[in-house]
Amino acid sequence: MKEVVVLSGKGGTGKTSIVGSFAAIAQSKVLADCDVDAADLHLLLSPTTKKENEFWSGQVALIDEDKCTKCGLCQDICHFHAISDFKVDPISCEGCSFCCHVCPDDAITMKDCLSGHWFISETRYGPLVHARLGVAEENSGKLVALVRQNARSIAEREDLKYIITDGPPGIGCPVISSLSGANLALLVTEPTLSGMHDLERVLGVCYHFGVPALVCVNKYDINEDNARQIERFCSSQGVEVVSKIPVDNVFTEALVRGLPVVEYARNGVSREIGRLWEAISTRLGGQ
Amino acid sequence: MIISVASGKGGTGKTLVATSLALSLEGQVQLLDCDVEEPNDHVFLKPNFTKRESVYVPIPKVDEEKCTHCGKCAEVCAYNAIAAMKKKVLVFPELCHGCGACSYLCPEEAISEVGKEVGVVEIGHSASIQFAHGKLNVGEAMAPPVIRKVKEGINHEGAVIIDVSPGTSCPVVESIRGSDFCLLVTEPTPFGLNDLILAVEVVRKLEIPCGLILNRAGVGDRKVEEYCLKENIPVLLTIPLDTRIAGYYSRGIPLVEGIPQWRGHFLELFDRVRGMAISQAG
Repeated sequence: MKEVVVLSGKGGTGKTSIVGSFAAIAQSKVLADCDVDAADLHLLLSPTTKKENEFWSGQVALIDEDKCTKCGLCQDICHFHAISDFKVDPISCEGCSFCCHVCPDDAITMKDCLSGHWFISETRYGPLVHARLGVAEENSGKLVALVRQNARSIAEREDLKYIITDGPPGIGCPVISSLSGANLALLVTEPTLSGMHDLERVLGVCYHFGVPALVCVNKYDINEDNARQIERFCSSQGVEVVSKIPVDNVFTEALVRGLPVVEYARNGVSREIGRLWEAISTRLGGQ
Repeated sequence: MIISVASGKGGTGKTLVATSLALSLEGQVQLLDCDVEEPNDHVFLKPNFTKRESVYVPIPKVDEEKCTHCGKCAEVCAYNAIAAMKKKVLVFPELCHGCGACSYLCPEEAISEVGKEVGVVEIGHSASIQFAHGKLNVGEAMAPPVIRKVKEGINHEGAVIIDVSPGTSCPVVESIRGSDFCLLVTEPTPFGLNDLILAVEVVRKLEIPCGLILNRAGVGDRKVEEYCLKENIPVLLTIPLDTRIAGYYSRGIPLVEGIPQWRGHFLELFDRVRGMAISQAG
């Protein structure tokens, strides 16, 4: 079983539209949506939830007013400035328990947090593992790890060939959690200076964690000079640009109808995405 | 007045809005790029940086001479960042949140806190705009300490514009908290709407008034506008789908420099936001 994770650095370059299409093209796979704070893949795959699970993660401090003698020690030692006026701001609290350990009056307890939910669903394209982090919650990296771990066990149990993972934007905690240990990263970029800047950083994360990468330039005809520059940059880094997809409104039209673009339109864009998946599966198979 | 620019979904036009708004305003303006994972505002403003500061998080350093291997540090660490073996203490810096509990609670005073660089903040200016951004080091996981450092430089005297990362979790909360108003930028598609709803939940939880900027209007459907009407969220600016705008963006040219007529729209936007922030605060 092999896992490919789709990343981009910059958001909105087309990760989810491409993963949705892979869902329709690829055989023998499980899908994982690791963009747990703004998951969108379900909007293309119309899943039926088979199992909903609570995600309990982290803790938050709670001060018992009756026991508190207002000595102020907790406020002084908290590195996150989460306590003022002898009250804990649950959003700033990182759940480290430091205050709870030092309180001379035993007035502080730690309360577990329900930080989100994760789901095992069935779609017409195969199983999907996805999640919803509670709004303004922490620990997205742990939730991502949970989604991937469950996708992996489904792939093992059902003897599936591929795990196709839709990753989050950025380069921080949930990206690292989506990437580490994957067999291949597909980096979807666009020919804008922002997209190029962000591609360089996310490629750095792939190097850092030793995951080989392929690049897809989406909307390449927005700026063909930039698209060529991306190709030159990638070739200087020894990274292959495996696909260039033109701007086409069929992406949005398909999305409005809740369909993967390859099912909505059988045109050049669909064929290009088909070739992209072929390149990925060849690379994964050859490892 | 602090205005943050957020979105939920990535790639909807936060950077376009934040840079053009900053460039349109007269008087004292500060632009803070808090998307420290993938900062982009500098690509458009090409600021002159005059100051560069590292951002450190404190991580434990164990003095093996003093350590009696009692295991207290590992016991109190909520993040499993310390493992106390019989003869050695192992620290896993990438798991450490820098809370300081281990060092304070060590009965032998064998643990000190040493700074580990997780990113940098660069400060400068672009014409009359005061500019700062944070950059998380590649391979580091925790953006909030870098965001906090960028926001330490907030100058409350003029207009402050904060560019926020996509999503709804801790980096977004860290960036937008303390704002007087939050501009939510989205596009009229099912993805844009789904993530807008999540972003609205975040700003409402933080009790920050918000308004919508609809970008690439004309594609997709009308469900974002229907949602805003139902939820009483004002649509403050509509930017059409236009290949010229996309072209300027691709070359790193701010919208108000490519098409100067947009300056007026951004000034109007700012006036409306100021009016709404004041009436909310009152």
